[in-house]
Amino acid sequence: MSEAAGITPVSRLPPRSRVPVPPFVGTTLVPIVLALVAGGLVLAAIGTDPLAYYAYVLERGLLRLRGLQATLVHMIPLLILGAALIVSFRSGLWNLGIDGQYMLGMLTAGALAPHLVQAMPLAPALGLSALAGGVAGTLWALPPAWLRARHGTNEVISGLMMSLIATSLVAALVKLWLRDPASLEPQTLTLAVGDRLPMIPGTDVNVGLVLALLVVLGVHAMMTRTAAGLRFRVLGLNPAAARHAGFGGPVLAMSVLCLSGFLGGLAGSVELIGALGKMQASWNPAYGFAVVPLVFLSRFNGLALILLAFAFSVLEIGGASAATRLDVPQDFTLVLVGFVLIFLALAEYLAQRRAET
Amino acid sequence: MQSLLSQTFLAALLTGTVVSAIPLILAALGEQFSERAGVLNIGVEGMMLSGAYAGFATTLAGGGIWGGLLAALACGAGLGALMALFCVRMGMNQIIVGIALTLGAAGVTALLHHAHFARTYPRLDAAPRIAIPGLSGIPVLGQALFHHHPVTWLGLLAPALFALIYRNSFLGLNLAAAGERPDALDATGIGVVATRSAAVIVGGAMAGLGGGYMAVIASGIFVPHMTGGAGYIAIVLAMLARSRPLSVLGGGLLFGMCLAVTTALQVGGIAIPTDVIQMLPFVAVMAVLVLFGRHARMPSALGQPYRRGQR
Repeated sequence: MSEAAGITPVSRLPPRSRVPVPPFVGTTLVPIVLALVAGGLVLAAIGTDPLAYYAYVLERGLLRLRGLQATLVHMIPLLILGAALIVSFRSGLWNLGIDGQYMLGMLTAGALAPHLVQAMPLAPALGLSALAGGVAGTLWALPPAWLRARHGTNEVISGLMMSLIATSLVAALVKLWLRDPASLEPQTLTLAVGDRLPMIPGTDVNVGLVLALLVVLGVHAMMTRTAAGLRFRVLGLNPAAARHAGFGGPVLAMSVLCLSGFLGGLAGSVELIGALGKMQASWNPAYGFAVVPLVFLSRFNGLALILLAFAFSVLEIGGASAATRLDVPQDFTLVLVGFVLIFLALAEYLAQRRAET
Repeated sequence: MQSLLSQTFLAALLTGTVVSAIPLILAALGEQFSERAGVLNIGVEGMMLSGAYAGFATTLAGGGIWGGLLAALACGAGLGALMALFCVRMGMNQIIVGIALTLGAAGVTALLHHAHFARTYPRLDAAPRIAIPGLSGIPVLGQALFHHHPVTWLGLLAPALFALIYRNSFLGLNLAAAGERPDALDATGIGVVATRSAAVIVGGAMAGLGGGYMAVIASGIFVPHMTGGAGYIAIVLAMLARSRPLSVLGGGLLFGMCLAVTTALQVGGIAIPTDVIQMLPFVAVMAVLVLFGRHARMPSALGQPYRRGQR
């Protein structure tokens, strides 16, 4: 451009031939719709009417008051886990050990909360339990974080290993030491309903939802508005630039993964003191892999994450009813999530190609 | 404890070691192959699962053991081709595509299993085993090593074959070049995309074969999510063995022994929850990573899509 004043003559402006499409339509909505269509084909292939399935899911997950409340409660852990992944993915690090951190966080809260509520007033007892869960998540994130920071070992694999260990470790701990002697199922002591997080007035949704929304908004603000967030983002966009600027060292990588681990643990402890009240030895929802695509779809944007987590919850809650009613296993959600990821990556590829030409 | 150390027990443990190690070795060799060319394949777990299902269904439908293994190989190669299309040709993010393939394969095989086998849970006849005359008579080791289905021996010999390819063939050199300096390979006139695609497809085929071995020969049954993390162990194996296929053999046998001990202790009725035992192989992996993590080196262009003229 030779125009010194920086003003482009009108004759050089690109022609306004196409109506501009908001970016989120191309790279968020289109992959979702395509995934639903492809999933519908899979349903048809196994002999289920896809339209009936989706209609049933919507009716059960969204249109009935009970279903809607269940959907909102189901969102709570997804939101906090999403915030954890935003911190890590935006910094270019892959905290895929998120499921393990969630499990350990929940177990810690499950072990502490029933005793703490006996010893002190409710508010500090629940607050301490939630925080302890976060700390447990941080500790569980430490080995992969250290390996990554010290030796550059790929954190994806070590994280997945820690998750696999956590599943068995939690079950073993519940069976061996934390078991409620009064129950037949191996599970921790149950937190009485009155000792859990209070409900939002007029609903059956606990205040964990408010907390989760605050966590997402807080993380969003931190990543976009603070110096620490800027460092994280520079690390994610260009590690070499971060090193040149003097902050790309092991400490930053460790803090990213530990913060992410803290939120992962917090998701577990909040779900325990809010919705579940106890941890069963067999509990392993594997939310992590469900949240990963949501976080990518949201382009690491906290506000978009809230909408997407809501939509996904509808799918899960409705899908759970459909599993018993229409005989479609819940594994179908995995298929949908896989399709979403593929179409998302495709959409990004196409958008990039268009930008280059 | 007496019975734990008897000869028959040891023989059974070693046989179990070999049988559990083969899927890991096959999948890890495939992973090593594609990593060498610069593509990190996180989808191994999904490829193994799809291979397991394809192999099981084919053998059950009357395709025989070799037919089942062939189907498993083809299925893995198919997913590998998909991954090559997305990650190598189009340069999409390798981790996202890998996760997507794993999730998709886990979901689809679970749905198929639910539709076809969930009510009957059919079982395959045990794979016929051949005893090598003479060698199989050696106490303990003979039964463990020389009384197997022939595929098992092929699996044990495969690392040597891969070592030969890496050391003595142009293909091996091309692979290494595609992983370390793709621009140099491109400059010699050999397509980086073609080399890498071939590597990913071979990697997928090996993972599929490993899964097929699990279903058709090792267990004779398919259950959803049956690989249970074996694909990730294979990735770790490839990572730690770096570019040496023979280390994959050693490491694979070591982890195979972990898995076999897990089963043996469960069968032996030791009074610890099975959960404690189930996590041992993964604890072992983490311990190895912490102790030897600094040796885990990757090709310098690993994970980077190649575009001509771009640094």
